[in-house]
Amino acid sequence: MKAKFLVPLALFLVLVGFLGYGLTLNPREVPSPLVDKPAPEFRLATLAAPDTEIGLADMRGQVWLLNVWASWCVSCRQEHPVLMQFARDNVVPLVGLNYKDTRPEALGWLKEHGDPYSVSVVDADGRVGIDFGVYGVPETFLIDREGVVRYKHIGPVTPEAVRDVLLPKIAELSRAS
Amino acid sequence: MKPRSKRLVLLGGAVALLVGAVALVLSAFQQNLVFFHTPTEVAAGKAPVGKTFRIGGMVETGSVRREADGVTVRFAITDTAKAIPVSYKGSLPDLFSEGKGAVVQGTLGPDGQFRASEVLAKHDENYMPPEAQHAVDQAQAQKAAETVQQ
Amino acid sequence: MIPELGHFSLILALILSLVQAIVPMIGANRNRLALMAVGRPAAQGQFLFIAFAFGCLTWAFITSDFSLQLAAVNSHTDTPLIYKITGVWGNHEGSLLLWALSLSLWTVAVTVFSRNLPEPFMARVLGVLGWISAGFLSFTLVTSNPFERLIPAVAEGRDLNPLLQDPGMIIHPPLLYMGYVGFSVAFAFAIAALLSGRMDAAWARWSRPWTTVAWVFLTAGITVGSGWAYYELGWGGWWFWDPVENASFMPWLLGTALVHSLAVTEKRGAFRSWTILLAISAFSLSLLGTFLVRSGVITSVHAFATDPRRGLFILALLVLVIGISLALFAWRAPKLAGGGSFGLVSRDSTLLGNNVLLAVATGSVLLGTLYPMFLDALGLGKISVGPPYFEAVFVPLMAPVVALMVIGPFVRWKGDDVKRVLRLLAPAIVASLVLGVGIAFAIGHVTVRTVLGLTLAAWVLLGSAKLLATRFAERRGADVGTTLRGIPAAWWGMWLAHLGIGVFIIGVTMVNSLNERVDVKMHAGDSAHLAGYTFKFVGVADAAGANYDAARATIEVTRGDVAVATLTPEKRVYVAQQMPMTEAAIDIGPFRDIYVNLGDQLEDGAWVVGLFYKPFISWVWLGCLLMGIGGVFAASDRRYRRLAQREAAAAVAARQTT
Repeated sequence: MKAKFLVPLALFLVLVGFLGYGLTLNPREVPSPLVDKPAPEFRLATLAAPDTEIGLADMRGQVWLLNVWASWCVSCRQEHPVLMQFARDNVVPLVGLNYKDTRPEALGWLKEHGDPYSVSVVDADGRVGIDFGVYGVPETFLIDREGVVRYKHIGPVTPEAVRDVLLPKIAELSRAS
Repeated sequence: MKPRSKRLVLLGGAVALLVGAVALVLSAFQQNLVFFHTPTEVAAGKAPVGKTFRIGGMVETGSVRREADGVTVRFAITDTAKAIPVSYKGSLPDLFSEGKGAVVQGTLGPDGQFRASEVLAKHDENYMPPEAQHAVDQAQAQKAAETVQQ
Repeated sequence: MIPELGHFSLILALILSLVQAIVPMIGANRNRLALMAVGRPAAQGQFLFIAFAFGCLTWAFITSDFSLQLAAVNSHTDTPLIYKITGVWGNHEGSLLLWALSLSLWTVAVTVFSRNLPEPFMARVLGVLGWISAGFLSFTLVTSNPFERLIPAVAEGRDLNPLLQDPGMIIHPPLLYMGYVGFSVAFAFAIAALLSGRMDAAWARWSRPWTTVAWVFLTAGITVGSGWAYYELGWGGWWFWDPVENASFMPWLLGTALVHSLAVTEKRGAFRSWTILLAISAFSLSLLGTFLVRSGVITSVHAFATDPRRGLFILALLVLVIGISLALFAWRAPKLAGGGSFGLVSRDSTLLGNNVLLAVATGSVLLGTLYPMFLDALGLGKISVGPPYFEAVFVPLMAPVVALMVIGPFVRWKGDDVKRVLRLLAPAIVASLVLGVGIAFAIGHVTVRTVLGLTLAAWVLLGSAKLLATRFAERRGADVGTTLRGIPAAWWGMWLAHLGIGVFIIGVTMVNSLNERVDVKMHAGDSAHLAGYTFKFVGVADAAGANYDAARATIEVTRGDVAVATLTPEKRVYVAQQMPMTEAAIDIGPFRDIYVNLGDQLEDGAWVVGLFYKPFISWVWLGCLLMGIGGVFAASDRRYRRLAQREAAAAVAARQTT
């Protein structure tokens, strides 16, 4: 075998190396210290009614999702249709944590784009977000009946993520009781 | 010509061509790579003055103004942390609007004004130019990190 | 029910593709005719099943069955029928199905039109095509099933992206895919040659028409796509060196090289391993292109990573197809090498020179396309490589290609005398230099690019005229009709395609040098001037289409006192997606286009209007059209059919005597 005939193969393998390396770099995979730990306690006013407050205890006994969002968040627009679909399917309650936002802007945003949330709570100073270890918006937490965080999704929720990760995990948590 | 010297000529030609092509590619890269900066980086003076680069982010709400001639547009592009003033002359893409993502390409003037030669807003309502999203996400992550440290 | 039938049919097609991939290959290795004969019916049956699946999907779109996820996302009840149909492939899953459909169409064409191939060779070709099809169908079924249901169904669909609701987009993807996928036939021929160890002039003659036809489709597809960008994106650009365009342009460049390299292999038996390598690479780039575009890896590495399963499958498929064939090449090609030797000045060497230049140009485009992705993948920063890079690299690399292209047909095979060629072409060289510089001065735009472009264009046109004259002179005495009939179609193909390049260069040079544009603010009744034309803004009225509302402006264009055209550009808002769209209006002419778009309305009621003057832009597409027609002529040459029959007869005779 003459060496020169191996050149194309060698060049191609270098290219594959790069492509493969590109695939392994998943910027969304940040380990969360919170997974499988109890969710931090919180008690916050709801977005719709400033005098009503809800907290972690109110959600006990059911599997639910906490979605961190904000009207200034660009990626939230991307995941919004997915959340709307998720809400239509009516699987589990979807609670919005409105993060470092102002009430009028948040309400306006929901009015414009549609409101997928069972309820949204206001975290204007971002304190609860910090408790949850939020490092960017959007993030989504899956919390079980005992109030334990079971899964954390960083970045916009995609239809694939709902189908392949969230729904199976929700089904599993709903069964295990 | 003898086969041997013919081979040499052919080989020499091929090598010369390859060297030429590589030199061409390298010099073209050197001169024409368009770097991408976030508004925060630009505000911090990390972007070159007078050289073409791109800024990605969102068009700041309430910042779009048209000059009297109707075709010169001024607006600010922001990653939610910092905003950079931009001026642009020409028709804007269909999906350009306040509060939406956009990428501008152009040069930074000594006055801190960014003179855009091109404004890009991708042709899909749900789509965010990746550079723009990158800028905003990065600014947010930084903000969040700073808050945690306090 | 119907989507389920389609899904089931697609699974059956996958099973048949596996049969087609395995059985004939075994038959060829053991020399068992019965096994080899399985290939054809398997390929034809597979085509029927894929076509049926495609029909089912189309049916769901036409009937607005929004319980089908794909239809819900890409269609709408109010969408015009034609765009409901094109919506089928205006998305990832549907376009993969279209890919598979055109692959099986090509395979069936091979089974029908290449009856004269020796059985074992045919079996291997079909086997290779079967493997590709199996890979694609399983990719579709496993990661991108187009028949996914949406339960519960939604009441109304989200509509097809308005940008794709355009006549150009109806035929662009099918043409492009026929081109991309068409190179799979040349690829399969190359792999079969490597497997069987047989590669000679006959092999090249079998491969040539297939390669040329694929090249014609690709040329047409790229041209339509570029025309679409020109009138639909609303500002008169026609080529952007955007990764999506590069993905189709790279296989075209290598395909062009392959078409020419095959000519040498057929005539002289030379460049064998190079031809094989080109066939493999052209198809590999088609694959890479399809995947890069479809996976979104180029627009963002992160988009790729959102569905790692798809990305991994893609990469695995690429590695398998390209890796195996390149390994096979490294192993078997040394045995095939050889062929006639040739002098430094010969047609062979001009073709070799152009081949190498085209390959290098492809490499530079590939580098420019992938470089930002590599940097991003390695975390070294975000950059973009724009048109300036490509122009800076591409023009110097292609100029010698065009210069050589004209010389080639005058030079004899194997070896020629430099002085003879020079004597033949000296007048044309001098004349084109004079013309290039002269016209540049005449149009008042003397830059390096303009002079270079005009000189090359003159060189191609003069060279073509000279070539035709030489051809006629060879048969002095015969009347014109006889001479014309005596020239083979393949020669006309070459001549037309080369002429097309010249026309294309004129278009590009003129429009880049002389195009004018102005954005103006206009009230009803205002006038503006550009390039000697007067544009009168009459006013704006409301208009409505099936699935959009529009503001339609009326602009009267006059030159002096002569009315030229009334143009009606629109600003549309598509109802379902609430997406605004600029619909430009164009007055097309042989020597210039007048192009008008409608921008935003200002607070005082005036509108921003973009006016463009685009000289010779039609020549760009005319040039491409000539290239395509040239390809059709080249592929239809009678000798392919005649010789193929003779060889088949000879092969049968040889088998009987031994």
